[in-house]
Amino acid sequence: MTEGKTEGNGRQVPRVPWRKWIKWDLTFLALAAVTAAVLFLVFPDKGQITRHVWWEYFKEMAFILPAVLIIMGLFMVWVDRSVVIKYLGQGSGLKGILISLFLGTLPTGPLYVGFPMAAALLKKGARVANVLVFLCAWAALSIPAELMELRFMGWKFTVARLALTVALIIPMCLAGEFLYHRTGAGKSLRSED
Amino acid sequence: MSYTAIGIDAFALVCLIASLIKSREKTGWALKIAFNAIKRIGPSVLTIIAVIGLIVGFVPPRWIASAIGGDKGILGVLIAALLGAVLFIPGLIAFPLARSLWDMGAGVTAIAAFITTLTMIGFVFLPLEIKELGKKFTLIRNGLSFITAIAIAVLIGLILE
Repeated sequence: MTEGKTEGNGRQVPRVPWRKWIKWDLTFLALAAVTAAVLFLVFPDKGQITRHVWWEYFKEMAFILPAVLIIMGLFMVWVDRSVVIKYLGQGSGLKGILISLFLGTLPTGPLYVGFPMAAALLKKGARVANVLVFLCAWAALSIPAELMELRFMGWKFTVARLALTVALIIPMCLAGEFLYHRTGAGKSLRSED
Repeated sequence: MSYTAIGIDAFALVCLIASLIKSREKTGWALKIAFNAIKRIGPSVLTIIAVIGLIVGFVPPRWIASAIGGDKGILGVLIAALLGAVLFIPGLIAFPLARSLWDMGAGVTAIAAFITTLTMIGFVFLPLEIKELGKKFTLIRNGLSFITAIAIAVLIGLILE
């Protein structure tokens, strides 16, 4: 009875679980907007910093996101699956890891841009470990951030942290791939488009 | 407009022109994929920006400083790592903050844990990462990143202290 409601002609219509029909991304956006409105009302003097950050990040997004997604679209259309499999697929070995590390280090903007790129690589046949390396490098090894770290934290700290990050990311991503294939079959990638 | 943006925009433009010359039809498909992606991730990206602005504007650096500088032991390292994972702070604020913590006598391990989780993990990004790469992938990447960040921090502590 709980699985569906019966329509006029007696046919069972499968009920969509409530978690599916809520548009989560819009819900979160609305929540953020409400939170912002409340905070602005309670602390009117602090709103200025927030609005400044919003504007800066919005500009960054407006200038970078469309370009990156166009590159991703062209990649999906033009680059042959066999090429991705050859350089980043199951048999790509150390070379594949190094290519992923290099691709992730390219100065290509904020982390949120990396996710659709990573999904595109995965869909084209890159192995999970390489996509993990790509994303971790993207997140942890951006050149502008490292220059800033060097300036404030000194070379000893920066070099030690960077070397350890690169050295540990690789075994971590291999372990991640192992876990990915071992744990529940669960839906792992969007299947539309 | 930053150099990064100029570089990426120029690269995209060159690729787009080359693609147009080779095949109009395929370029059309590519643009359709790009457009669908913008529609798909747009709201999540706007949410990320909204939350980052709120964190920077309303979480005073002094709270973070007192939380990280509070405990010298392993608990302090865990707190620092958790804070770094939950918050998103731009480097322009995060590194001076880390430096001042260091000068105030906070442990190197805790500072390294904070910086490493700050860069590798972002709670702000989780909904988008799940949407694009699935729950399993996201959970594994962020979970292992957290463990790795602690390992990196402990090793840095051993090297530098």
